[in-house]
Amino acid sequence: MKTLKTFYENFGLPRLIIAGFFILLVVASIILGFSPAVLFSDVVKRWLMYGTLVLAMVPGIQSGIGLNFGISLGISSGLLGAVLAMEISFLRDWNTTLGMGAPWLTLLLALFFGVILAAIVGTLYGMLLNRVKGSEMTVSTYVGFSVIAFMNIVWLSLSFKNGELSWPLQGQGLRNTASLSGSFGGLLSNPDVVQATQPKWLHWLAFRVGEFTVPLGLILVFAFLCLLVWLFLRSKSGIAMSGAGENQLFTTSSGINVNQKRIQGTMISTVLGAVGIILYAQTYGFLQLYNAPLMMGFASVASILIGGATVRRARISNVLIGTLLFQGILVTALPVVNEVVEIGTLPEVLRIIISNGIILYALSKTKGENQ
Amino acid sequence: MNQKNNLFKKVGSFIFDNKVMIAFAAICLAAIVLSGSPMTFIVDGVFTRITRNTFTVLALIIPVLAGLGLNFGIVIGAVAAQIAVFWVVYWGFGGFSGILLTVLIATPLAILFGYLVGKLFNQMKGAEMIAGLILGYFADGLYQLLFLVIIGGVIPVNNPKLIISQGVGVKNTIDLTGNLKYAIDSVRMVDIITVFFYAVLAITVIKIILHLVKKLKLSRSDFILFGVSALIFGVSYIPEIERFLSTDRLALLDAFTSALVILAILQIIKLIKSIWVEKEPASALVKPVLLLLVYGALYGLTYIPAVEEVMLYVKLPVLPFLLIAALCWFNQKILSVRLGQNMRTVGQSLSVAMASGINADQTRVIAMVISTVLASWGQIIFLQNIGTFSTYGAHTQIAQFAIAALLVGGASVQKATNKQAIIGVILFHTLFIVAPQAGKELFNNAQIGEYFRVFVSYGVIALSLAMHAWKQFRKTSQSTPGDMALPGAPLQEAVDGGS
Amino acid sequence: MDEQYLLSMSNISKEYYGNRVLKNVTLNVKPGEIHALVGENGAGKSTLMNILFGMPVIYATGGFEGQVSLDGEVATVDNPHAAMDYGIGMVHQEFMLIPEFTVTENIKLGREIGHKTALSRIFGNLLEKLNWDQMSRDSRKALNSIGMMNIEEYTKVAGMPIGYKQFVEIAREIDKTGIKLLVFDEPTAVLTESEADRLLEIMRLIAEKGIAIIFITHRLTEVMAVADSMTILRDGEFVARKDVKDTSLANIAELMIGRQVEKLVEDDLLGERELSDENIALEFIDYYVDMPGERVKGMNVKIREGEIFGFGGLAGQGKIGIANGIMGLYDTEGEVLVRGKTLDLSKLGEALRNKIAFVSEDRRGVGLLLGESIERNIIFSAMQINDEFLKGIGPIKILDKATADKHAKNMIKLLDIRCTGPSQAVGSLSGGNQQKVCLARAITMIPEILIVSEPTRGIDIGAKKLVLEYLTKINRELGTTIVMISSELLELRSLCDRIAIVSEGKVFSVMKPDDPDAAYGLAMAGVREEVAL
Repeated sequence: MKTLKTFYENFGLPRLIIAGFFILLVVASIILGFSPAVLFSDVVKRWLMYGTLVLAMVPGIQSGIGLNFGISLGISSGLLGAVLAMEISFLRDWNTTLGMGAPWLTLLLALFFGVILAAIVGTLYGMLLNRVKGSEMTVSTYVGFSVIAFMNIVWLSLSFKNGELSWPLQGQGLRNTASLSGSFGGLLSNPDVVQATQPKWLHWLAFRVGEFTVPLGLILVFAFLCLLVWLFLRSKSGIAMSGAGENQLFTTSSGINVNQKRIQGTMISTVLGAVGIILYAQTYGFLQLYNAPLMMGFASVASILIGGATVRRARISNVLIGTLLFQGILVTALPVVNEVVEIGTLPEVLRIIISNGIILYALSKTKGENQ
Repeated sequence: MNQKNNLFKKVGSFIFDNKVMIAFAAICLAAIVLSGSPMTFIVDGVFTRITRNTFTVLALIIPVLAGLGLNFGIVIGAVAAQIAVFWVVYWGFGGFSGILLTVLIATPLAILFGYLVGKLFNQMKGAEMIAGLILGYFADGLYQLLFLVIIGGVIPVNNPKLIISQGVGVKNTIDLTGNLKYAIDSVRMVDIITVFFYAVLAITVIKIILHLVKKLKLSRSDFILFGVSALIFGVSYIPEIERFLSTDRLALLDAFTSALVILAILQIIKLIKSIWVEKEPASALVKPVLLLLVYGALYGLTYIPAVEEVMLYVKLPVLPFLLIAALCWFNQKILSVRLGQNMRTVGQSLSVAMASGINADQTRVIAMVISTVLASWGQIIFLQNIGTFSTYGAHTQIAQFAIAALLVGGASVQKATNKQAIIGVILFHTLFIVAPQAGKELFNNAQIGEYFRVFVSYGVIALSLAMHAWKQFRKTSQSTPGDMALPGAPLQEAVDGGS
Repeated sequence: MDEQYLLSMSNISKEYYGNRVLKNVTLNVKPGEIHALVGENGAGKSTLMNILFGMPVIYATGGFEGQVSLDGEVATVDNPHAAMDYGIGMVHQEFMLIPEFTVTENIKLGREIGHKTALSRIFGNLLEKLNWDQMSRDSRKALNSIGMMNIEEYTKVAGMPIGYKQFVEIAREIDKTGIKLLVFDEPTAVLTESEADRLLEIMRLIAEKGIAIIFITHRLTEVMAVADSMTILRDGEFVARKDVKDTSLANIAELMIGRQVEKLVEDDLLGERELSDENIALEFIDYYVDMPGERVKGMNVKIREGEIFGFGGLAGQGKIGIANGIMGLYDTEGEVLVRGKTLDLSKLGEALRNKIAFVSEDRRGVGLLLGESIERNIIFSAMQINDEFLKGIGPIKILDKATADKHAKNMIKLLDIRCTGPSQAVGSLSGGNQQKVCLARAITMIPEILIVSEPTRGIDIGAKKLVLEYLTKINRELGTTIVMISSELLELRSLCDRIAIVSEGKVFSVMKPDDPDAAYGLAMAGVREEVAL
């Protein structure tokens, strides 16, 4: 009885509701006759699509900056990297000169640019956050919004040659959504793309088992990133960083510069954000510019909280569970809701209520402890 | 020499204290010049937006006073108003009685919401702003659930004008033409005066009765107020004046002139008082005389053709401006009562307030209730002026824009005044009006201007929050945790936690 | 019970979680009397005052035994408001003032005078209009009555000298109607000497009006200067009530300290060693630490190799600051030499790299990662400073779980840490076991100098004995130099070779454990013996 109670307290009512709701939706969708394989393929795809963006929350939380609503900085860096890589690939005409290697090189270049930019931006951002200790979340939310608004101006001012990116006939400004189908879209996750563009020995990257799609390439990449973060958190540096996030005085008294560790955590979080958005775009098949990433930070924050993280502590398992539950609900809700009430926007409403509700819940929890 | 130095210092500190405002004014000016839009267009647009938005911005002041920071939760007040507007439109009410009904429904809802928000904020002291922001989004989700699913889905509502064709969910936009549109804007001046007179009459009668029954003291000001209102009421029967007052809009020129006349009369009364009643030295007369000269000069300005053209072109709705003035008066007046002083104390130091026996939690909840109610009224004013109610969009940005406007006026997380709110609204919305055109002229792309203004609105909030946080952080890092080991600490803590 | 007393607290006992902090204490104060309440830290003064003010902390922990009477009548003070109603006021040591408010606003804080309006009749007194004229008149009167003609009631408190702030607080208490008893809690601690003199004068002024004063202070000279009588507490027990004219400084000091030195550490552990003045392990030269509330202000002391050296003294005098400065938590000035080598304290971790380890007095705030496992806590510093418990995977070094686990298990056994295993979170351990984890972390560093700050604070007697014996043991067996900072004189005197008493941020005197009690009492109070005798 007591263990049940502590389990309940640790798990929290909202999480219990969300998990229950997910199970309910899954059962309902199966009863309603949807193919479980198709449904689960979709869940897995969305899980991996958002996974890295949620993973980006871990170093931020561990280093003590709290929920990194400012992940938009990383996202913007990643998008800029992707856009630059695509333009270079177009200018150099890699599709003809490199053939099957072109999307790979574009992807790598996008990651390269994105990571470099994010590392610089993240460091500066970390320095800012060190000056606003105690209000990181409020500040980072608005810094995130500002950056998206600023990038809107940038997107609008860029004039690129690549027709996939720029508006036709306008000479200035990039599209709202740029298709990646001619580039690295689906390269790691879409069986059709892999079979069409890649040689046979790479067909294992994404394949189908019956109706179930296995995006093995993406799974491996995501698993690799999780492993990297896991290793980092167990390294000397990562342990020091986690210490800095948990107790600044303790860590200082062990001879560690807490501010540097916070910058490190913020930087890694931002870099993961950049990698995350590129993997997201890769899976989705489109690059979404302008206001599309505005609320992505909220989704990431909500996911990791649903997974059981707090404002101060997060683990890889929180990422995996949280993303699965959150995306799982959104994916399964759509067909079920459509079948029952025919309101197409309901899953979107659900997303807003769940994500903000869980953030609110987490905030009220921590402040309660602090007093 | 010394005086000159002083002047320099004064100007210097004025610039420093108002740096945000001045920088923004410069941006606005540049944008106006770049856009090349006609002044009639700009001034008219700015005044329209002042009508619409000032009330909501003023609703932010009380939470700042009470130490709750910028109230991102005003979205919830707006939601209360929108729920009321929907039902009033659905029931087919319109005109001013429709507005009254809307207020009647919105106010209790806003009180309830404000109370809940206040309770929640008491659970998250120090994180009110982020909580308010998230709460706004959360409330938006619940609101969408109500309007998309429950209305029509659970509560049967049958009105093809309001409901999506499948019968569940409210349409994206609701046209307010013919019911609530301009219902406040179009109230005639003469009606306002009549209502005002009867209200004062009623209050005076009640006071006299109380005086007779309970021996309550009647003050001179009560009679003066009654006299003035009776005078205005009487004057309004003069046919010439009645015709003038029968309109609902006031040309900016007339508004400006009457404002100058009223101000001049006040100064003249002051002059008379200080010369004949208080017999003050001549030096005390300098200021009123100077002010009178300034008013005269300002009036003279209206004869410049360009100015005159603008001032005749722009027409102001009267009642919204009176409501804005009333709210300014309220924000000011609340400081002179106990509640206001309690709010200031709570805003300055929660622990000291509690140790002095002030019920801090209650005070904070009251502040949130007031702010939420005011925000809901502000949203009603906004919607009736715009005339189309965008069901899912009208409330989403109000906190964002209202807060940005307040900050542009020079307010901070800890200090905000009526003046800052009004200046902020003017500057912020000037930029909003001219930015697209300026963007088009400058970059050949109107959208850049649009994005720029959004960037500015986010940026000014980010900057202000960061500066506040920095200040807080520096303050706390000066008194580090070592303080806990102070002698006598237990007693101190117990005092803090007391009552 | 005597009728002549204004306040009479008789046979007061109080327990916190089974810990008896007050045992049959009696406190009597006459009207118009300045009555000093003296005792060491932890003597029970604060608890007694909390009872007097009906603080919630008292009632949340089961109330108290005994009786409080005011003017000869039994009084029930079960909340701070009741205390106010009885006419008991307090001048806080930390100012309960709002800097941005004027003096008047501060004096009238929470007690603003309002007059009824039509609205307030309907909606209650929150809408009463405030009468500032009346309030400034009252404030002026209160300020005048304590002789503060030169404080203007309309100025802001921000920017006033600290002394003035204190006077504003006093004026606030005086302004309260029917004030009969004022408690001054260490009022002179933050004041300059002339301000303190002024304050004492004001206290006399107030007492002359017939208001009784309870004066809590560590400064015995002030007691002698201003008080009429005093109550001395020791370890939660009533020692004596004395009239000042019948006593002397030395007498008070002895009463405050006086107790048998009990054995906390067995004799056979305390074997003889060779200690030489030539061999200095740690030396402070003109050492300053800017730790708020515990400032070190120019300390000079030499600690010998292999010695157990104690720092004692009252709270707030600066002993706590010594270790926190070396740890790098606060800014320091001056020199710290380890075996003649100067430490560069601007570099974080400098002391740790020079084989100095710490156990912090603030266990939960500084000493532990409460959310992490015992194992992670124990190995943290050694890993970060000495690169232990790591293994390389390619270029990166990651935690060597097996070694860490083994070490943690050893430590758990060695120090008898009661837990479910090395992976238990330290936050869920008892205070004593948490302290052992702190100690384990320090020992894991294999230090040559170990600084322990308040090692027995808040832990039970069994754990206390174990910790102290272990410290003695590593000193004797490994030759570790131990610096022990403690508020418990008894503890210091039972195992230290020498004890430095810290007063006002400096070493007041270095004493032997067997020096007389009176000498200790006077040193703690910062009084030179020659003055006292």
